[in-house]
Amino acid sequence: MREESGVLAVQRVSVSLSGRRILDEVDFALHGGAFCGLIGANGSGKTTLLRTILGFVTPTSGRVVIDGGRRLAQIGYVPQKIVLDPAIPMRTRDLVGLGLDGHRLGLPLAARARRRLVDAMLEAVGATSFAEQRVGELSGGEQQRALIAHALIRRPRLLLLDEPLANLDIRSIAATVSLLRRLALEYRMTVLLSTHDMNPLLPAMDCIVYLANGRAATGRTEDVVRGEVLSRLFGEHVDVIRVHGRILVIAAGAGNGASTDIERNPEHVVQVP
Amino acid sequence: MFASFLVNTWIVATIVAATAGVVGFFVVLRGNSFAAHALPLGTFPGAAAASLLGVNPLFGLLTFSGLGVIGISQLGKAGRPEIATALSLVMLLGLGALFLSMSNEYSQATYALLFGEVLGVSSLDIVPVAVVSVVSLALTTLLFRPLLLNAVSPELAEARSVPAGRTDILFLGILALTTSAAVPVVGVLLVFSLTIGPPSAARALTNRPVGAMLLSAGLSLLTVWASIALALLLGWPVGFFVGGLGALAYGLGRVWMEWVRSRRCRALSG
Repeated sequence: MREESGVLAVQRVSVSLSGRRILDEVDFALHGGAFCGLIGANGSGKTTLLRTILGFVTPTSGRVVIDGGRRLAQIGYVPQKIVLDPAIPMRTRDLVGLGLDGHRLGLPLAARARRRLVDAMLEAVGATSFAEQRVGELSGGEQQRALIAHALIRRPRLLLLDEPLANLDIRSIAATVSLLRRLALEYRMTVLLSTHDMNPLLPAMDCIVYLANGRAATGRTEDVVRGEVLSRLFGEHVDVIRVHGRILVIAAGAGNGASTDIERNPEHVVQVP
Repeated sequence: MFASFLVNTWIVATIVAATAGVVGFFVVLRGNSFAAHALPLGTFPGAAAASLLGVNPLFGLLTFSGLGVIGISQLGKAGRPEIATALSLVMLLGLGALFLSMSNEYSQATYALLFGEVLGVSSLDIVPVAVVSVVSLALTTLLFRPLLLNAVSPELAEARSVPAGRTDILFLGILALTTSAAVPVVGVLLVFSLTIGPPSAARALTNRPVGAMLLSAGLSLLTVWASIALALLLGWPVGFFVGGLGALAYGLGRVWMEWVRSRRCRALSG
């Protein structure tokens, strides 16, 4: 029997959507408190993997085991690129409150205990200053904080974030990563965060799930991001170059087979500031 | 204005206006305005069919709004929701043309269904309208939080175990109930005005979700009460005032929102 001590175990999961194989026997486990980056080019199956963990997508084979069962009660989720309508009459604190009890019936009552929880959560993500503002009128970075607070207020054991760093300016990217790192330690929470560029995560993450061709290489960052490991994953020669504390992944055979996956997303390959 | 034969008018108009304001809040938030237009219009052939068969028009209206919900949700699975809504509306209106051609008293009845006969409500009409309205009012209040979260983002709602597909169908069902109750009283066009005008104004006037829904109901009541009073005073149709006041409320809401925004900008820059 496989050891199931982790918070999340993805066991040989394959997913096909409308006849196309998106994930191919992806297999990894996250132990409690891990801060893990889900890395891959656009279209490599990151969102599908997160949606499979959430139970929105049923795997064609394999299974996802969440420690303690009751999947959605244990997972906080920040979806990709949500567009919050500026016309919706909703303050930041209302959105955070819905994270607590948005699935319940009846009107949200102004209970003191609820207000305290919401205030504490707003404080924890640094959203107190815009708590009374409309969520749709916040900046991208502020909306991201509001959505993180929405996902965290029920204190999930596992937090999934889908490309939370996309569409943010450089300062907000750094702030979001350090905020997540701090919250993960504070709440003793496991984090799985998808991104096409691993560099902003390098100071924070202690493990990596690298997706390419539907397959995954997983482990500690320094063990996975190596030429021979990624060459095996991509099915061709890949060089890993470290420059000024950043990592560049460069495929040798440009324009054919798997390497086109990287070529089409140059931001994934070369990120020299 | 408060003569005994008008008591029913005030009661029914109040029930219908409050319900339309509350349900309309989610129509506007969810972007269901086209469905809110299509459902009342698509139900009125149901009333024609009912009068052809000699049964209570409410049965015809409920049946046809049910057909509308099935059409919108089933056709909408494959493609874009507005196309599904338009197709359902066209099919129902086609049936309406057929039923009206079979009936020989259609012009008077059609006019009443389109523009309402709120000034001629009998006490018999009140009970079914009140029951159906209270049911849709109760359902909307009960589902307030899931509906709100789904309106913000269906995916966030799914992550809180609120299924998107079922929420859509459930809300269309609530809208169909509201519509069926209101059409015989205030007419097709007025149901539509009441579910769009007051809520659009309310969401601009406040940032609080529950407050906006209550304000929407309040504005809807004011619109209807003022319209009936003006209609009685001036002898013009109620529909003219409901449509006009609804649009006016929306316009004032927009002006207010712009004013607040520009004041905030000045405060930030100054």
